[in-house]
Amino acid sequence: MTSAFKKALDSGKFVVTAEAAPSKGTRLEKMQHHVEILKDKVDGLNVTDHQSSVMRYPSLGGALLVKEHGGEPILQMTCRDRNRLALQADLLFAYSRGIRNVLCLTGDSVMLGDHKEAKGVFDLDSSQLLAAIRTMERGKDIAGNELDGAIEMCAGAIVTPEANPIEPQLIKFEKKIEAGAEFIQTQAVYDLDNFKRFMDYARRFPVKILAGIILLTSAPMARFMNKNVAGVVVPQALIDEMAAAPKGGALRKGIEIAGRMIRRIEEEEICDGVHIMAIGKEEVVPEIMAEAGLL
Amino acid sequence: MIRTITQPKPIEELERLLEGLDRIFIIGCGTCTTLTRTGGAPEVAAMQQTLSEKGKVVTGTTVVPVACDNLTPQILSEQGGRIDQADALLVMSCAFGVQTIASQLRRLVIPAQNTLFIGKERPDGRFDEVCTQCGTCIIGETGGICPVTACHKGLVNGPCGGTNNGKCEIDADKDCAWTMIYNRLKELDRLDAMRRYQRPRNHLGEPSPGRYRLPAAP
Repeated sequence: MTSAFKKALDSGKFVVTAEAAPSKGTRLEKMQHHVEILKDKVDGLNVTDHQSSVMRYPSLGGALLVKEHGGEPILQMTCRDRNRLALQADLLFAYSRGIRNVLCLTGDSVMLGDHKEAKGVFDLDSSQLLAAIRTMERGKDIAGNELDGAIEMCAGAIVTPEANPIEPQLIKFEKKIEAGAEFIQTQAVYDLDNFKRFMDYARRFPVKILAGIILLTSAPMARFMNKNVAGVVVPQALIDEMAAAPKGGALRKGIEIAGRMIRRIEEEEICDGVHIMAIGKEEVVPEIMAEAGLL
Repeated sequence: MIRTITQPKPIEELERLLEGLDRIFIIGCGTCTTLTRTGGAPEVAAMQQTLSEKGKVVTGTTVVPVACDNLTPQILSEQGGRIDQADALLVMSCAFGVQTIASQLRRLVIPAQNTLFIGKERPDGRFDEVCTQCGTCIIGETGGICPVTACHKGLVNGPCGGTNNGKCEIDADKDCAWTMIYNRLKELDRLDAMRRYQRPRNHLGEPSPGRYRLPAAP
């Protein structure tokens, strides 16, 4: 059965996804609230998997919560914490419980998170996880054994269009598509002219591209990302625009910038949709979408 | 030349390991730990002073030529009573030397260091890990640079998203293995090797603990 998210991708409409972060603990009310306000507005809700290597409620549990509340979950799976047995088992479980979309990530180093002495597994990488999914769809596990019931997933991966150097990333991007990625979510993009040049290249491949939009909440936050987040470049003009916002109006300015970028991406048909990352401010995603003219 | 790279244990850990052991004989090693300045003659002398200040009796010290050599026990036998008088041997070699001594001398041994990796010596006092001895070498397809070792995540299909300006996401001073591999393959006009999908690795090239027997002579 084709997932609703896959149908949206295939329909040619401008696809919008957002992110939902599971709690650090067992109180799920906040995540549930975000799911409630977003589920009918977006085509999919991406559930992060120990984002930045910080231990949290599992993405599988979060994806189930999205489903139970009537949303369309996109399960994030990183290769950092599980070996090939555990990854495949989780895919079987996800499928058996109605989860049909998965985003395959290698995962950040455990050294960046809150359990710095943990063993980083990385038994598979993101392209091998994609290949594993396609193998399991043919009714076999990756050791070649028959499965008693296969899976079927709309599977995607990540690319960083602002990476430096870019060519090694593009080679990996092509490998991910060959391994079976149907959609690609990008790391945050802010310079849409640069992004258009990336899309001139990416358009050659049979894959849907969702531009990553990270909400700017302040000028210092933008500077912090430039300094600390790999492959994210916020142009000075946007930092200046954030800095010039009236006191207490930075978030409003960030919403306006994100909305403006999404509007341009849609109007100029730069790519197939957007993935909005509001990082803790999920309640403003509808405002961003309204600003973009999507609601 | 390859070397075993060691790092002194924190003094608090050493104190804990030596608790209740009052008489200590210290053994340094003239090979790798001399080169890394963790277990040569000056470090052994410094350790003797540290332990004396902490109220231990140092019954003697020596720096054996190669602690991991099977002849080390014979060399140590020349120390005679000074070893017998000690409650424990504090060994300032790599774990290989500590185990060689422990297996042949039937004395309590305490390692003074942590053994980090097998490393290559660079001219500027730096030691780099270039091989993890995984048993399934793929450097024929990566321009002679090992991503299993040089990539923090051991990725075999290209860089992760954390790479930044050619450096690793965990340390801006560490080169991204896949940027190095890319540059090398490009220089050699062999970028196609990087486009090839690498299957999941066999992590049991030789199941741990490794053991290898010489093939029978023909």
